[in-house]
Amino acid sequence: MKTVTFRISRGDATGSKLVDYTTEVSEGMVVLDVVHKIQAEQANDMACRWNCKAGKCGSCSAEINGMPKLMCMTRLDQIPIDKPVTIEPMKAFPRLRDLVTDVSWNFRVKKKIKKFNPRPPDAPDGTWRMQQEDIDRVQEFRKCIECFLCQDVCHVLRDHDKHEEFIGPRYLVYTAALEMHPLDTEDRLPELKQAHGIGFCNITKCCTKVCPEHITITDNAIIPLKERVVDEFYDPLGWLWKLLRKKE
Amino acid sequence: MTNYETFEYDVLVIGAGGAGLRAAIEASAAGVTVGLVCKSLLGKAHTVMAEGGMAAAMGNVDDRDNWKVHFADTMRGGQYVNNWRMAELHAKEAPDRVHELEAWGAVFDRTKDGKILQRNFGGHRYPRLAHVGDRTGLELIRTLQDHGIHQGINVHMEYTIVTLLKDGDRVVGAFGYDRERGRFRVFRTKAIVMATGGLGRAYKITTNSWEGTGDGVSLAYHAGAELMDMEFIQFHPTGMVWPPSVKGILVTEAVRGEGGVLRNKDGKRFMFDDIPDNYKSQTSDNPEEGWRYTQGDKNAKRPPELLTRDHVARCINREVKEGRGSPHGGVFLDIAWIKEKIPNAAEHIKKKLPSMYHQFIQLANLDITKEPMEIGPTTHYAMGGIRVDGETQMSSVPGLFAAGECAAGLHGANRLGGNSLSDLIVFGKRAGEFAAKFAKENDFAALDLTQVEAAEQEALEPFGRAAAAEGPYRVQYDLQDMMQSLVGIVRREDEMVRACDEVEKLKARAAKVVVHGHREYNPGWHTALDLKHLLTCAEAITRCSLDRKESRGGHFREDFPEKDAEAAKVNTVVWKAADGSMKLRREAITEMPAELKQVIEDMK
Ligand SMILES: Cc1cc2nc3c(=O)[nH]c(=O)nc-3n(C[C@H](O)[C@H](O)[C@H](O)COP(=O)(O)OP(=O)(O)OC[C@H]3O[C@@H](n4cnc5c(N)ncnc54)[C@H](O)[C@@H]3O)c2cc1C
Ligand code: SF4
Ligand code: SF4
Ligand code: FES
Repeated sequence: MKTVTFRISRGDATGSKLVDYTTEVSEGMVVLDVVHKIQAEQANDMACRWNCKAGKCGSCSAEINGMPKLMCMTRLDQIPIDKPVTIEPMKAFPRLRDLVTDVSWNFRVKKKIKKFNPRPPDAPDGTWRMQQEDIDRVQEFRKCIECFLCQDVCHVLRDHDKHEEFIGPRYLVYTAALEMHPLDTEDRLPELKQAHGIGFCNITKCCTKVCPEHITITDNAIIPLKERVVDEFYDPLGWLWKLLRKKE
Repeated sequence: MTNYETFEYDVLVIGAGGAGLRAAIEASAAGVTVGLVCKSLLGKAHTVMAEGGMAAAMGNVDDRDNWKVHFADTMRGGQYVNNWRMAELHAKEAPDRVHELEAWGAVFDRTKDGKILQRNFGGHRYPRLAHVGDRTGLELIRTLQDHGIHQGINVHMEYTIVTLLKDGDRVVGAFGYDRERGRFRVFRTKAIVMATGGLGRAYKITTNSWEGTGDGVSLAYHAGAELMDMEFIQFHPTGMVWPPSVKGILVTEAVRGEGGVLRNKDGKRFMFDDIPDNYKSQTSDNPEEGWRYTQGDKNAKRPPELLTRDHVARCINREVKEGRGSPHGGVFLDIAWIKEKIPNAAEHIKKKLPSMYHQFIQLANLDITKEPMEIGPTTHYAMGGIRVDGETQMSSVPGLFAAGECAAGLHGANRLGGNSLSDLIVFGKRAGEFAAKFAKENDFAALDLTQVEAAEQEALEPFGRAAAAEGPYRVQYDLQDMMQSLVGIVRREDEMVRACDEVEKLKARAAKVVVHGHREYNPGWHTALDLKHLLTCAEAITRCSLDRKESRGGHFREDFPEKDAEAAKVNTVVWKAADGSMKLRREAITEMPAELKQVIEDMK
């Protein structure tokens, strides 16, 4: 049996401190196992979120040695454990307690995006026909488990606090899934440009890098949306941007 | 109600998995006000983890399929102790419910002619499971969530209900706390839909998340509702067994549906050795035919790996017990072998089973396209639960409805894979509809403050206890160990008698656990409060299992290994007597109408 030290950020909105916990670990353990072990043995009241323990629900997001990750999918043999492992809550959202943050903003943002609005059914029995190749892209976006790690890492939210003006990568992916849905008839481009602030994204691709579902957020969702916005609004700066990109 | 923030809804839905969301959408569409409470964030309920698909006889892949075949399959799978009315409604209504999801934005995998694709699954005669790769539950919950948030439903996330409030016989409210601050909340309502999911956390090795503590079953029981079929627990044959920290996590049946085979340590496909008589006519006796079946050959019979879960789980158990298991106490599940059959097998596997591929790479450091997995049985699903009326989903308590995994009836002694997700949308809708109707026909009742105060006091007690007392986790672990070893896959009278004593001892310990810290987001406190539910479920499971002196579906008795014709005629029902003790009776199953009997006959 090896031992590891976890340096866990404990506290609430009013303040926090890093507390060291040392515990024994066995082969194959993930970070969430260690957090649970500490919770059960040394700190019954330490707060963290989790559900599936299999990377499917997107509850256990945290920053492990500063990297935004799912705790349940980070094996101990993937991180250095000869020195203390720091576990902190996501920084882009207000802390409630310990590793739990207030992510309710995300749920409010989603509500503002116009819902799915299908064309009339294709067949008399009320069903539709779609080809698999026409939905591959949308299915990629719909893999999203709403872990909000992309929101956490995006500098527009994390460093510049533009929560009121920018919906963030998660909701650009969500908008893209609706806009590219073969059956959808709604137009979401005007608000994408205005209230939802797609222009704030400057394609740093940090969101794509952290996505545990490997959704190519920037290339497959955001850039095509930007192009649609540009096409629709004949924005001269946007045109220039597009031209430059084509030359790349 | 001066001390507590109080919310008022015509219908209160407890639980935001597939069943709860679907119920809330339906009730709200009926024009009543709806509140929805859930222990986790919206969209994180257990439903999100479902993988393989949802069963609906749409006949898109094989046009011989229709509701009658689905009905007969469900009854055969449940070994005929199902509520036949529910099985009938389920088979008839599932296709419409699936199409409705598509109208709400779901994007299922497609057939060549652009329809919803359907896949094979254990116990289903034809390819029947609508799916999205192996993340169907995510698609279901997200579709309902994204549709539901525009329906005027008021969602209370991270709230836990700890008691139902009554006025005479009727439920009229609920009492709970919010996890964030630990503040108490009162809900005043005309009707309640219970949709709290499963109780797998009563066992040590389980696919269920922390939420699966049987809250709804226990809340309903303590409010006077009858529970039914609690002895029928589904042990899924394929859970991960290694590394230790992931023990129990599900490996979807779709692996076998796509051609995966089970082998023991000698490399033998042991499932061919034991095919039950009532499935012989539908099961192939050679590997070649089995393979053709998984590849869509309509004339081939299915391989024995796709027999019902209870049977496969017991065969695995036997191999392990008799020393033919894998190094970590399971057997081998091999999908990599299909490279002998098809080119690009690795790509094919990754495309068909993407999340299984990732799960094994990331958690076990194993590439399923190259090596076999090690798997073993894991506690998965509760067929039993709150006893409901098949039509309306109302329990024996007026105003209290139940749908989804916490309700009993549809699945009988064993659930077929894919029949849960369809259960959620068929009976979620019905529960929502009839709860709304009940709410329109009944008024709000006055809430009884003494009930609320008693509940508050009970909830706060663990904080006041001696600091040296034991914490809640120890008791929880001991309960899980006990159930795993005494009331698990293979059961015996003497062990279950012991389990009854153990439950009493654990109850006494649970009544003394101490909780440290404060009420804000305190998992120790939450675990302490959940103990009551786990213990109630454990007691019901044990008592019902003791009473059923035969083996059927998920319930296997070493001392009564055969089926018993008399026991086939009853369901086991428990309820809480006035003195607080658990009472049990055998309830005769009502006779099936002639048309349905005929359907079963025709499909034999
Ligand atoms: C890994 C896995 C794979 C599966 N795959 C399939 C499959 O392929 N096909 C299939 O048909 N079935 C499958 N199942 C089974 C199926 O997913 C579940 O049976 C089903 O999702 C249960 O749904 P539900 O709506 O009844 O409850 P859940 O989805 O479990 O939701 C329960 C809800 O109740 C809430 N709740 C619980 N207690 C309280 C309380 N005290 N107060 C407030 N809220 C409360 C929870 O927070 C949650 O929101 C699978 C299950 C697992 C674990
Ligand atoms: S690519 Fe855009 S959305 Fe993604 S992190 Fe960078 S700025 Fe944010
Ligand atoms: S897009 Fe990826 S990172 Fe962002 S919320 Fe979804 S799964 Fe998480
Ligand atoms: S617990 Fe579900 S993603 Fe980690």
